[in-house]
Amino acid sequence: MTRPRTVLLVLACTVVAVAVIFMTLDVRGNWDYVLALRARKLLAICVVATAIAVSTVVFQTIAGNRILTPSIMGFDALYALLQTVFVFVLGTARLSSVDPRLLFAVEAGAMLLFSVLLYRWLFLGARQNLHLLLLVGVVFGLFFRGLMVLLQRVIDPNEFVVLQDRLFASFNGVAPDLLLVATLVTGGVCLLVWRMRDRLDVLLLGRDQAINLGLDYRRMVSLILILVSLQVSVATALVGPLNGFEPISFFGLLVANVTYLLIPGFRHGQVLTGAVLVGILLLLGGQLVLEQVFGLGSAVGIVTEFVGGTMFIIMLLRGMAR
Amino acid sequence: MIEIDGLTKSYGRRIVVDGVSLTIPRGGLTGIIGPNGAGKSTLLGLASRLLAADRGTVTVDGLDVARASGELLARRLSVLKQENRVAARLTVRDLVAFGRYPHSRGRLSSSEWAHVEKALAFLDLQPISGSFLDELSGGQRQRAYVAMVLSQDTDYMLFDEPLSSLDIRHAVSMMHLLRNASRSFGKAVVVVLHDINIAANFADRIIGMKDGRVAFHGDTADVMTGAFLSSIYDIPIRVHRLEGQYVTTYALPGGPEGGAGEDPVLVAGD
Repeated sequence: MTRPRTVLLVLACTVVAVAVIFMTLDVRGNWDYVLALRARKLLAICVVATAIAVSTVVFQTIAGNRILTPSIMGFDALYALLQTVFVFVLGTARLSSVDPRLLFAVEAGAMLLFSVLLYRWLFLGARQNLHLLLLVGVVFGLFFRGLMVLLQRVIDPNEFVVLQDRLFASFNGVAPDLLLVATLVTGGVCLLVWRMRDRLDVLLLGRDQAINLGLDYRRMVSLILILVSLQVSVATALVGPLNGFEPISFFGLLVANVTYLLIPGFRHGQVLTGAVLVGILLLLGGQLVLEQVFGLGSAVGIVTEFVGGTMFIIMLLRGMAR
Repeated sequence: MIEIDGLTKSYGRRIVVDGVSLTIPRGGLTGIIGPNGAGKSTLLGLASRLLAADRGTVTVDGLDVARASGELLARRLSVLKQENRVAARLTVRDLVAFGRYPHSRGRLSSSEWAHVEKALAFLDLQPISGSFLDELSGGQRQRAYVAMVLSQDTDYMLFDEPLSSLDIRHAVSMMHLLRNASRSFGKAVVVVLHDINIAANFADRIIGMKDGRVAFHGDTADVMTGAFLSSIYDIPIRVHRLEGQYVTTYALPGGPEGGAGEDPVLVAGD
């Protein structure tokens, strides 16, 4: 058996083991009730981890770069801004009377529209320059955040507390019907990405070689950007951004780069599978530690962000030294 | 046959390729020469659909490159640009195997692998076929990319300065190989070249470009003259035959010894 296959097998076994621990640890009282509750939480974690892992890996493939992630390009900040605008315009009272499914659709739809326009322009515009891309992404992130902070200053303090709660990723209060939608969307996107895995390998050679080898580059990149946006929007709309108020999240970066280390090579079939497993493992492990050690006193994002942010700095420093 | 008709491309206000019309037949090696900024690489990029033209068309065996399906074109026409960067760690063999993608869609059969091995052998890459691209010298990497294009096995092959990081031995053997491919297998090989001597000695036809236009185009023997070359490079160039080879000489400022002559002529622009 080749190395990547062994690694994937070990990862899969570990994920199953952690999932079993997560489901059964410390169950008191009614087993049916607790198991159903935890199963829903487990599914939400798997959906979010899968969405972030897959979207980050394919985003990095089309960007030709392992530091860029949808989040670093301002995605999470956009979500937080949207939430703030909703609260600002509608007020929490009216907002809570809106059908959550409608809200979910509007959030996901708005993010999809924004990001497709922004990323299409960045990736398919006349001049492609990685540094410009990174700069524009970070500037947009800060811009969204600045706008959000401004709105939060003028908002009613009571509303602000409600808003704050909405802005931190939480796997505890996920609505079952939204979870179903998110699962279907993520599953569908994964299926499409899986069918494109050979073409994704070719995209690693860069734009010119991809065109030379017969890919319809523009169409393919547009499609991938839509899929990435769809996945991130749905995951974020489901549980909120992993990092709360900060303009960027490092979780995707952490997942993708741990995967590249564990599974060297270019085959997207293996890398994507590995990334999904690593993502679930990190998020599930983080949630478990959070619940058992900190007694829910913290948000899961804080643990993953610390590790991911450190990794980002190391990668930047190594990139500069080279 | 590659037919180019009225091809124009500009960046902003600067016209880089200006109404070029050309016919490049199959069989034989065509060299494109010209000073920096003459539009050679842009012309190659337009002909290979890497760039979109503002006006004009390029057809390859009757297929319009701007409209035909990429998949279909990838089995007829291949292109290699000067700069290539891979976002993942690949071995030389992995890279060359990608050349078979248009034929195999990623699932290589044993006959496909035979193509890959043949291309590796052609370019002397077998000893390093398991090395990672980022561990190789620029010249080795360049040869790996050429091997990839060869394994793609198309009737038309376009190269943008494939000799740029090769030493003289590998440059000469690369040109031999490209010329053999064009002659024995009836491929059309189009190469943008910097070195006029190499162009003269290996190309069957030469296209000379200046300021985005074709200054001359024809069989090497007809266009390899001092007058033509001087007209595109703006310095006096003379063409000699020495032991059957073309040799070009150019006027040295202050004569062959370089001594106290007039000041070197600086070409304006560029």
